[in-house]
Amino acid sequence: MTNEEIKNTVLRLLGTVAPEADLTKLKPGVRLRDQLDIDSMDRLNFVIALHKEFNVDIPEADYQKLETVEDCVNYLVSHAGSASKA
Amino acid sequence: MAEFLMPHLGADMAAGTLRVWHKKPGDRVSRGDIIADVETDKADVEVEVFTSGILEKILIEPGTKVPVGTVLAIIRQEGEVIPEVSPRVSPEAPAAAAAVSAPAALALVHEEGRLRVSPVAKKLAQELGIDLASISPTGPGGRITREDVERAAQARKAAVPETAPAPADRAARIRQAIAAAMARSKREIPHYYLNTTVDFERALTWLNEENLKRPVDERLLYGILLVKAVALALREQPEFNAVWNEGQVILKPEINIGTAISLRQGGLIAPALLKADRKPLGELMKEFRDLVQRARSGSLRSSELSESTITVTSLGEQGVEGIFGIIYPPQVALVGFGRIEQRPWSVEGRIVSRPLITASLSADHRVSDGHRGGLFLNAIERLLQQPEKL
Repeated sequence: MTNEEIKNTVLRLLGTVAPEADLTKLKPGVRLRDQLDIDSMDRLNFVIALHKEFNVDIPEADYQKLETVEDCVNYLVSHAGSASKA
Repeated sequence: MAEFLMPHLGADMAAGTLRVWHKKPGDRVSRGDIIADVETDKADVEVEVFTSGILEKILIEPGTKVPVGTVLAIIRQEGEVIPEVSPRVSPEAPAAAAAVSAPAALALVHEEGRLRVSPVAKKLAQELGIDLASISPTGPGGRITREDVERAAQARKAAVPETAPAPADRAARIRQAIAAAMARSKREIPHYYLNTTVDFERALTWLNEENLKRPVDERLLYGILLVKAVALALREQPEFNAVWNEGQVILKPEINIGTAISLRQGGLIAPALLKADRKPLGELMKEFRDLVQRARSGSLRSSELSESTITVTSLGEQGVEGIFGIIYPPQVALVGFGRIEQRPWSVEGRIVSRPLITASLSADHRVSDGHRGGLFLNAIERLLQQPEKL
């Protein structure tokens, strides 16, 4: 999976968590919580979705490494065996 | 015979639109079955039936908006013969028309102080906020009927000119519904407010360790510890687990925690985690996740909206330090939690840095006083120091 494919999957999963959000306007380097109206329940659902989609176990201590879309891509690249850089 | 009514799903609901029937006449229904969908200003709700029997007759067709308390359908017991029943409220003139059915006309009448009033009329007056003493009775023997209450409601509505434009969308209607309920609360309930600071160190430490043991989809949020602590504290201070009804407090046997959930389109709704004191944290968390998902997608069940006995709200994630909320009638208390903040705290004479959270209580002074409120907050604080027992 390329970085672009991972990013698109991350955006798709974000869309399920925050269906009202216009994901085309998301800035990859800006914190998600500053761009989306999401709470801790949304964040938990997002982590669960990432876990199911990428088969990556994300401990709570790592939640802070998933602040932006870029963060998510980097984290998944480095933690998912199947993910590879473009 | 039992009447299946347009349910009262909160202080902010005066009417609802019947959207879909899931059963048809002749179908067997059991207590707890979802037999219809209703749209309120705030949500689409799956309505459960609280009696078992045969759906005898549907009185209200889909797409019809009727006041709370309107008979939507008749359910009979097996083998029971029901006389002809007609709708009480016509779709063309919901609040004015009222053809009382023969069975309903036989309803027992009881004394309301010096007033004679039918149970249906009494219930409707209560739901619409109509003072029975202000109504001119037209029923036999000077009895106040359902129609009398509906006429009084119409008259009151006519007397208050519409100042706001008709709501254009769900968000505006949600805002209006909240406005009505909260204005009523502030007008009628003598609130008092208390707050206390809770050392959240033990709870967070326990939670972090607990979540390490759990698969990702079974992890707990700290909010669920707060809900459970409130639920257990209510066992010690049951006067806060109650409703205020017609001048008296009614203690509720079950502890159903209304949890304030923000909606995507704006506004909030507070469906209940039913029997929250009896459920382990894992089960409570699973139900809470489901509740949030369904609240935001508009598929709550009627019991979740009508059975709350207290409300818990948290604005910690919004950075709020403390909350002094408005009680949701007919409840008599609301517990709020602010953000978790690392601050200096005195422990055994030493100043240490601790994660602290402000717990607040808004309570109805007709039902309780500050002394009992303080004990209630103390119980919450104490329970949060033993998270493994929650």
